[in-house]
Amino acid sequence: MIDVRVGVDLTSIDAVEASLVRFGPRYTDRLFTARELEDSRGTLSARASSLAARFAAKEATIKALRVGHDAPEWTEIEVRRVPDGWCSLHLLGQAATLAQRAGLDQWSLALTHEANMAAAVVVAVGSGHGVDHDDTANDGEGA
Amino acid sequence: MDDIIRKVLSEHGKLTVDTATIGVDDDLYRSGLTSHATVNVMLGLEDEFDLEFPNRLLRKTTFQSIRSISEALTEIGATADA
Repeated sequence: MIDVRVGVDLTSIDAVEASLVRFGPRYTDRLFTARELEDSRGTLSARASSLAARFAAKEATIKALRVGHDAPEWTEIEVRRVPDGWCSLHLLGQAATLAQRAGLDQWSLALTHEANMAAAVVVAVGSGHGVDHDDTANDGEGA
Repeated sequence: MDDIIRKVLSEHGKLTVDTATIGVDDDLYRSGLTSHATVNVMLGLEDEFDLEFPNRLLRKTTFQSIRSISEALTEIGATADA
């Protein structure tokens, strides 16, 4: 039986901008990968919009994984901008392990931002036959 | 220590209630704490107590209540007179 899960999240761009100003790299380094930060360069406002959408994607992914206490680290969920301008989702470390255990092997992502809010929708599809072992070799490439 | 936690929650938690009215075991997420605000609360606590939260404590349960935050701070060496 095919298992389809959806995660959605809404993040305030103003809140992200305020955090960028208040905490700077201490904030960004805890939440975002080097690639995400590279993909989100620009003015403060543009960075805040881009990073808010990426934070929403991480939250949406955690919702699709349906984890609570075992939630992965923020940087183990990575949004990558591809040359065509779209974004793809890549799971690393514990996030990849959780996805594998749940049998979720296809992930799709949509981001948007307008005015003060950024949103992300994540769809995960799998066989529904998760595994119980701790094979972390899959880093989500091709997801 | 609880007073400092309440101060940080007031500054960074974006709660929907006055932190003075929150009990030490009350669920902060039910009081409006979001995942994003949790990060700011953590960084604010690091500033107040001059320490760094290890990634293993960046969990939802760590910030579930004032008591759980206090216990996490004690675990990583914070003192009440920070």
